[in-house]
Amino acid sequence: MILERSGPGMSLLGFCQWLEKTPWSIALHESLWVYPIVESLHVLTLSLFLGTAVMLDLRLLGVTMRGVPVSEAARRLLPWTAAGFALMVISGALLFYAIPVRTYLNIFFRIKVVMLILSGLNVWCFHSTVYRRVAEWDLDPVPPRGARVAAALSLLLWAGIVVAGRMIAYNWFDTPGVH
Amino acid sequence: MASLLPVFEWCENTAVGNAIRGSLWLFPVVESFHLLALALIGGAVLVVDLRLLGLGLRRQPVAQLARDAQPWLAGGLVVMVVSGILLFLSEAVKCYYSAAFLTKMTVLFPAIVFTFTVRRRVAADDETRVRPLWRKLVALVSVTLWTVVAASGRWIGFSG
Repeated sequence: MILERSGPGMSLLGFCQWLEKTPWSIALHESLWVYPIVESLHVLTLSLFLGTAVMLDLRLLGVTMRGVPVSEAARRLLPWTAAGFALMVISGALLFYAIPVRTYLNIFFRIKVVMLILSGLNVWCFHSTVYRRVAEWDLDPVPPRGARVAAALSLLLWAGIVVAGRMIAYNWFDTPGVH
Repeated sequence: MASLLPVFEWCENTAVGNAIRGSLWLFPVVESFHLLALALIGGAVLVVDLRLLGLGLRRQPVAQLARDAQPWLAGGLVVMVVSGILLFLSEAVKCYYSAAFLTKMTVLFPAIVFTFTVRRRVAADDETRVRPLWRKLVALVSVTLWTVVAASGRWIGFSG
């Protein structure tokens, strides 16, 4: 157990240590069925969330659904992506809540969080720049370079996020004696 | 009937099986490809199934969407099967005793056959000739079969 120096407010590690002692966290951690079910939901939702996002990215790369206007693909698919994302965040938060301290200290979890932030920035950049002028290239079979770069970045980041997420289960680089 | 256990034991003792089992990082790396293929297959299947249900890209012709999604579905399945065989070789004996593995294999074959026969035919057919109810049923069967395959697949990791 690491004891944090007391300072103003609560450190992130201190917060995780407090979280770990809450009854529901212990119950979730020790549950025979609920934890594996939540984890399965997290994995299966990949097909809904990332699946629809990948199809949209592939459209932006101009390698599938070339006859579908980009704005229509986005308008029709993104609600499903968003629903999948909500399930991902809820199940992911529960998985973190079940094992807060080990997860917080895990290098793969930290890599995943950084890539999630980068992925969010990529979405924001895309929507505030090249997608604003989508009307000009909506019907192009192969969208402009900016859109293709954003789509490629998105695919790379999400692949990295999936791999890092899978690796959280491994403790190769965990700090010994903390949990 | 003779037990299949010797076959599974032979699989586990292949050079590939031993190499993956003996390595710290090979199993999770191969599994990561299995998961990425899950996302790709999920997208390629859902785009068409949602459309068959009258959701998603419902202003687009089903046949065209199915044609567009087909190579990504096929490519995803190839990655899935290759990575799946590698994972299986590394822990074949565990799979032999796993009810989840048996469930997955039992549902996987009808899922693949259904996808490349009934579903393919219905998606490619002229929309005026196939009743909407029939199309929706095909989409629901497709989503259900693949969900059972994915869920029982995940459960192999929890068993044994």
